Amino acid sequence: MADEPKAPPSGGPSEPPAKSPEAPEGAAPPAKPAGKPPAPAGKPPAPAPKPAVKPEPWSSPLLDELQKRFPEAISDPLIFRKQPSIVVAKESLLGVCEFLKSDRGGSYTLLTDETAVDYPKREKRFDVIYHLYSFQRNDRLRLKVLVGEGEKVPSVVGVWLTADWLEREVFDMFGVQYEGHPNLKRILLPDDWTGHPLRKDYDILRQDDAWVQANLNIKSGQ
Amino acid sequence: MPEATYLDANELVINMGPQHPATHGVLRVKLRLDGERVLGTECIIGYLHRGVEKIAENRTYVQFAPYVDRMDYVAAVTNGMGYCEAVEKLMGVELPPRAQYTRMILAELQRIASHLLWLGTHALDIGAMTPVFYTFREREEILKIFENYCGARLTTHAFRIGGLQYDLYDGFEKDATKFCDYLLPKIDEYEELLSTNRIWMNRTKKVGVLSGKDAIALGVTGPVLRGSGVKWDIRKVQPYEAYDKVEFEIPTGQNGDTYDRYIVRIQEMRQSVRIIRQSVERLAPGPIFGKVGKVIKPPAAEVYHSIEAPKGELGYFVVSDGSTHPYRVRVRPPSFVNLEALDIMSRGHLVADIVAIIGTLDIVLGEVDR
Repeated sequence: MADEPKAPPSGGPSEPPAKSPEAPEGAAPPAKPAGKPPAPAGKPPAPAPKPAVKPEPWSSPLLDELQKRFPEAISDPLIFRKQPSIVVAKESLLGVCEFLKSDRGGSYTLLTDETAVDYPKREKRFDVIYHLYSFQRNDRLRLKVLVGEGEKVPSVVGVWLTADWLEREVFDMFGVQYEGHPNLKRILLPDDWTGHPLRKDYDILRQDDAWVQANLNIKSGQ
Repeated sequence: MPEATYLDANELVINMGPQHPATHGVLRVKLRLDGERVLGTECIIGYLHRGVEKIAENRTYVQFAPYVDRMDYVAAVTNGMGYCEAVEKLMGVELPPRAQYTRMILAELQRIASHLLWLGTHALDIGAMTPVFYTFREREEILKIFENYCGARLTTHAFRIGGLQYDLYDGFEKDATKFCDYLLPKIDEYEELLSTNRIWMNRTKKVGVLSGKDAIALGVTGPVLRGSGVKWDIRKVQPYEAYDKVEFEIPTGQNGDTYDRYIVRIQEMRQSVRIIRQSVERLAPGPIFGKVGKVIKPPAAEVYHSIEAPKGELGYFVVSDGSTHPYRVRVRPPSFVNLEALDIMSRGHLVADIVAIIGTLDIVLGEVDR
């Protein structure tokens, strides 16, 4: 997984790729385009002109196979720093996961991580993200599922047992609901806490004052 | 584990922790017992939750770096290394060799320190009192090296995004080599105390057995996975820094029991010594910083990077929106995922074995709860 900066994309400081979940607030493009004019006369070479790297379209036999088996379900195949990622339609998630875990689908037997990212301005505000690892192929694959507020994601506990706690954490921190999870309740915060702290609209200073007062017997903010 | 809705006449629910010396912090385990036998466990965690991931979103990339040291606070160097590497990967920064080898030496020293602490407390939990005094003595030597290097012993914040804050102090190489020479006979000594000790073997063999298949299904990593016979180490399969340039082996167990995990960690310390020795030899004068600007502003993208921390796969998933603050930092903590295996590992064992199994998982609650 050594880093190899991609060939500098030809374009200038282009926007993040279409539909890519980044840049909720139309974030400014990052580094300058790979040094066109030299210009930095005088000063010592400022932070070397890095190629303005951005995710690129990904293609691979595995992706072709996936698209054949699950037409319409796979979108936005991107690769960045040799890390492929695809967006999977919520309805096909379990099927895709089962397939990826099977021998034909690359034996992604290890679910390394499951988490979420909140983009409150989007119509479907959450990205639920799965990081898979295949011992056979020695590579990782990132799945994303776009979920709106109040929608239910199928739980993958039946596919990878380890998702149990990970999904509970996502539920706890983001309030993403899972369908078919055996024991979906909060894991890090107290059961009767209100609010989901990792949502972007949950301020860092905010807390469940009522809970704090009732259980810790202190005025909140102390 | 689904909670029991009624209690059988023979079934008893008792609470272990959060104030319990053998839970290594504030872990609370609800045990369902039939006499002395464990029918199931439920972990209640979160007592040490500080919202590290939330803090990350409200700090710059640079400001957040010291926070990661507070997760696995007995292995702060590797935490920091994982975070710095993740951001470096996002930005596409290559480190100069001197920085890479320095990081490797300190990270391996940290691995030894973490394993020493684990060995001492694990043995103490099971009733062997002697090793803890010895292992803390050796660990102290490592902490002294850290202190000399960066001024801190535990929460070191030893690395910076893009390289190192400090170059190595004069005599570091000598200290590291001296420590390696000093440690190896000590490891033999621990083994003399424990490896063939009958009480130790009775307490650890066939306790907390985890098959390789179960281990993968449960997502455990690190020595716990290797103890179950899966030869998998991120330093080998997806090398970072300069781990592909040094020679070392991946010790594995066969039975997946507590004893095998003990052997794996003991062997890992020896392998770490090998890595340190080779890295020290390759330390050549040179720059210690890669090409990064004063302001860390990665491109709008996302990257997952994981390293082999002492406790398993420590992953950082960093999402950038192109600003100086991370949009989201997800920490994939090895302890959290490994602890999930406790329920399956402890079923059918005696209460006293729970202590051994919690010990063998080598969890740190600061990292479980974050």
